[in-house]
Amino acid sequence: MHIVVCIKQVPDSAQIRVHPVTNTIMRQGVPAIINPFDVFAIEEALRLKDRFGGRVTVLTMGPPQAEDALRKAIAYGADDVILLTDRAFAGADTLATSFALAQTIRKIGEEHPVDLVFTGKQTIDGDTAQVGPGIAKRLGLQLLTYVSAIDALDLEERSITVQRRSEGGVQVIRTRLPALITMLEGSNQIRFAGMDDMFRSARFDVPKWNKERAGIEDVSKIGLKGSPTVVSKIFTPKPRAVKAQMIGADLDASGTANAILDIISSQHPRLAQELGLITP
Amino acid sequence: MSENTAAPAKPKGKKRLELDPRLAAYKGIWVFVEMERGQVHQMSWELLGEGRKLADILDVELGAVILGGSSDELGAAARNAFTYGADVAYIVADPILTDYRNEPYTKAMTDLVNRYQPEILLLGATTLGRDLAGSVATTLLTGLTADCTELAIDPDNRGLLATRPTFGGSLLCTIQTLNYRPQMATIRPRVMAMPDAMPERSGRVISENLQMQEDDIIAKVLEFIPDEAQEQAQLAYADIIVAGGRGMGKAENFRLIWDLAAVLGAEVGGSRPVTHAGWLPADRQVGQSGKTVRPKLYIAAGISGAIQHRVGMEASDVIIAINNDPNAPIFDFATYAIVGDAVQILPVLTDAFRSRLAVNRRAG
Repeated sequence: MHIVVCIKQVPDSAQIRVHPVTNTIMRQGVPAIINPFDVFAIEEALRLKDRFGGRVTVLTMGPPQAEDALRKAIAYGADDVILLTDRAFAGADTLATSFALAQTIRKIGEEHPVDLVFTGKQTIDGDTAQVGPGIAKRLGLQLLTYVSAIDALDLEERSITVQRRSEGGVQVIRTRLPALITMLEGSNQIRFAGMDDMFRSARFDVPKWNKERAGIEDVSKIGLKGSPTVVSKIFTPKPRAVKAQMIGADLDASGTANAILDIISSQHPRLAQELGLITP
Repeated sequence: MSENTAAPAKPKGKKRLELDPRLAAYKGIWVFVEMERGQVHQMSWELLGEGRKLADILDVELGAVILGGSSDELGAAARNAFTYGADVAYIVADPILTDYRNEPYTKAMTDLVNRYQPEILLLGATTLGRDLAGSVATTLLTGLTADCTELAIDPDNRGLLATRPTFGGSLLCTIQTLNYRPQMATIRPRVMAMPDAMPERSGRVISENLQMQEDDIIAKVLEFIPDEAQEQAQLAYADIIVAGGRGMGKAENFRLIWDLAAVLGAEVGGSRPVTHAGWLPADRQVGQSGKTVRPKLYIAAGISGAIQHRVGMEASDVIIAINNDPNAPIFDFATYAIVGDAVQILPVLTDAFRSRLAVNRRAG
C-alpha cells in the first residue's frame, strides 16, 4: 500500500504580527511549522502503515525552506518525501495548487501506484479546506472529507469504511480505493519521533522536484496564471475600540464573582433576565 | 465551462474588463440551500438574505438550489426559500440525494450550473458546503473564494468582491474572480444577519432530474449517527457559551467549564490548542479554523485571545474574560476582565451563579 500525505509549511499563526504601516505579515521571527491540521493526516497514514505495511510519502509544495517540514515528517517515520518547488508555482490559488499537487501525485504514482492520499482538514494560514477536494476531483479519487476514524480497510477488496463529520451528525461511509481523506483534528495524537528516524531525518537528502520533474508542461495552469481568483485588496481588521473593564482587582474570588454578577444585573438587564439573575 | 476557456491575461491594477461573451451570458445569483436529512441549515437563510441584497444591486434573479431525496421536503424548502428572498428554486429530487455524498451532489450542481449559467454561486462554509464547493469549482475550473465574511459588488465591473480573513484572521483580503464564471464563494455561518421572512413572497420552481444511477456511485452511506445521540455542540447558534483555553492547565480541569455551563444552560467551547490536544471534541472549537459564534454572553476562561480565536467570538454581546496574565490580548476586546487563575475562580463563579439563580427561581 502506498499512501501520499500532502502537508503545508505555515507560519505559526498564534505568533503572527501585522506591520502597522504596510499591512503586511511580519514573518521575521515567526516560526514556520507543519500546518497543525496536517499532523493528524501524517499520524493516521503512519498508523495505517503500522497495521497494513506499505510506504508513506509526504509531499509539500512550497519555497526551498519548506524542506524543514519534510525533514520533520521523516523524523515521524515517513519513508520518503518530495518538495515540489518552482518559482512558477508562486501566487497559486486553490485551483492552481490542486492542479500542481494532483499532477505530482500522478507522477509519484507512476513509480509506486498510490492507494490513499491524506491531507489535513484545512490550513491555518489559508483556511480554505479546498485543496483536498480539488486534488481528489482532478485525480478521480473518492473524496472523504472531515474523517474522524477509519473503521475498516480491506486491501484485497480495495474498500475503505470511515466515519466522517457532517453537519447533522456522523456519516459512516464505505467506498473504494484509491481515495483522498482529509483528517479531522483531535482524531489521533502524533507519535514521538524515534531516535533512528531522527538520525535518518538529519541525514536525509530531500528530493526537490521542479515543474518539469513533476510532469507539468502547461504553465497556464499553475501559479498566478492558473489562478482564476486574484487578490484585489489586503487590509487589517478594525480593532474593537474599548478595553475591558477590570472587575474585582482588589477582591477575593468570591467578591469578584459577586461583583461580576452585580454588573451583569445592573448593566445588562435583559441578559440578566434571560439568565435568571434578576426577575422581570 | 470547458478547459480551453482558461488562462486569459490578467490585468494589473484596476480591473475594468470586457467579459468574454460566453461568460457574459452567465446571469443571476444562486444560493445553495443545504439540507441534511430533511432539515435546512439556518446558514442557508442567512445566505439568501445576503444574496437578495446582491441580486438587487445587480438587478438579477436570486435562485435557490435545493437538492435532496424527497420532493415534498424540497417543495417545503423552496417555499421557505421564497420567503427569504429567492425568486426561483432549482430542484433536483432523487432518492440518490437523500444522504449527502460528494459524487451525486457535485454532478447535480454542475449540471444545473452548466444549464442555467448563474454568474455567482454561494454556499455555506459548512462541512458539506466546503466538500461540495471545492469539487464543483474544480469540475467547472472556476474561481472559488472560501470562508468569506463579507460580500459586495464591484461597481466597476459588476464582479463579486469576496472578503475573507487570512493568516488566522490577522489580515482580511478581498478576492475577485475575473474571467471565469460562475464566481464561487463559501460564506461562514453566523456572519451574515438572519433575514426576516416575508410570508407573502413566492416564486417559480424549476425541477431537473439527476443524470445518474445508484450503480454509478461508488460511495455508500452505511449509517448516519445523528448528533442528538451524542450531545453534539450547537455552538454557532448558542446564546450563552463558556469556553476554556490552555490556561485551564489540564483536561481534567474542563470539568469546571462544564459545571458552569450546566448551571447557565450554556454550550461549551474552546480554543484551538485545547481541541488539538483532545481536551474537547474538534467541533467545539471557536475561532477562525473552528466556529464563528455570536452569543449574548461569552465567558472565556484561560484563553489568551490570539487573533485566530478572537475572529470567531468578538461579535459576542458581552465577553467576560478570566486570565492570570494582565497583558493577555483577550483583555483588549473583552467587555469585562478578571485577572486571576481561571481554575480558582470558575468554581466560585459557578457557586455564585447557582445561588442567585436559585433565589430568583424560588422568588419567580
